[in-house]
Amino acid sequence: MNRLRMLVVFVLLGLGVSAAADELLMARITQPFPEAMNNLQETIRAKGYVVSRVQRVDVGLTSSGFQTAEYRLVFFGKQAEIRELSAAYPELIPYLPLTIVVFAEGDDTLVLATDPLKLGEFFNKPELLKRFGVWEKDVRAIFDDVSRIP
Amino acid sequence: MPAFTQLADAELESIIAHIRSWPGQKPPKTAPQDRIAGYVAHGQTLYTRHCAACHGAHGEGGHGTGVTLSRPRSAPILAPALNNPGFLAAASDTLIKTTLLNGREGTPMRSFLKQGLKERDINDIVAYVRSFEQLSPPPGARVLESESPVLVRVSPYSVEETVEKVKTAVGAANMRLIRVQTLDQGFVADGKENHDQTIVYSCDFSFLNEALKVDPRVGLFLPCRVTVIRHAGKVQVMTINPKRLSRIFNNAELNDLCEQMYKVYVEILEESVL
Repeated sequence: MNRLRMLVVFVLLGLGVSAAADELLMARITQPFPEAMNNLQETIRAKGYVVSRVQRVDVGLTSSGFQTAEYRLVFFGKQAEIRELSAAYPELIPYLPLTIVVFAEGDDTLVLATDPLKLGEFFNKPELLKRFGVWEKDVRAIFDDVSRIP
Repeated sequence: MPAFTQLADAELESIIAHIRSWPGQKPPKTAPQDRIAGYVAHGQTLYTRHCAACHGAHGEGGHGTGVTLSRPRSAPILAPALNNPGFLAAASDTLIKTTLLNGREGTPMRSFLKQGLKERDINDIVAYVRSFEQLSPPPGARVLESESPVLVRVSPYSVEETVEKVKTAVGAANMRLIRVQTLDQGFVADGKENHDQTIVYSCDFSFLNEALKVDPRVGLFLPCRVTVIRHAGKVQVMTINPKRLSRIFNNAELNDLCEQMYKVYVEILEESVL
């Protein structure tokens, strides 16, 4: 519970200084990194998404002589959405597919993603805003579900 | 900012639930009204002597300010930026004075009374901190201005040729090529990929290591990627615009890194279409 207290502290501290709290979706998973990674990917799939790739950032850093905690990127999306959106809005491609950052913190694992709704500031079109809203709900649901797994 | 060890779990969860209820609501329009009179010049002298070591010479905050994640840090907390429009709008003079009078338990912030200062000295420091409102924010607190969320160049070459040129440009920028893949790789069966949407992934691990130390959220836009597409008969090469992303992160320390990354991306794009 101490970690949660610290998280509250950071949130409260940030409120006075930053209005960016909603720009980041984040959850703490009280599981070691390997279990959390597996559960996250299963949860993403359970929501109807495909995990297209897992990038091992820490391995590249370690091989380059840097010390780091375990750190992965999980890319995911839906094939039809990726195809349709990239064809209609090619300028959106650099922001696709969706990404979740996963990194270890002691015995816990943190997952975070940019709030997909923030993409609406970049690409302010009604049909896209609707899609970003769906993604936002899905990412929140993924984080809620995976953090509830005992 | 001390941990709320005096609160029960249920009370903490109530706070979290309350904060979670804020999105979508209009922020309250409450400007601090309780101005405390003091001598700014004397306050500046005291600030330099007692505050600058943690909060920065110009109130820009301690190293790591803005980081909202709790990766291991050398200090138990990070001294917040005081010369920050958000802080100054949210913190009343009374709050600042109370902090100076009492300190903050569990942090290096000690009571200034116990350090030998008088209440009028503390008033002077409050007046000096408040005077930051009349100044331009320090360079680190600015938000980088940029309109487009993507950087785009039109290539006179085919997709395949442009991809090769991107790979060469990535090497010239001292970045390690990680992989080349289509956007839909992993979503479609092998052999069915759309090569008119190809991504070149690369990384400068020294830069990455530096960026992750500042803020682990930067991983959301890693590794570095340059996308080559054919659309409406034109070949385009594009990247995210790191300057625009600095707004999302709202971490002033990342501004310089976003500026650096912007320059690297522009060099790669322009080299690729020469």
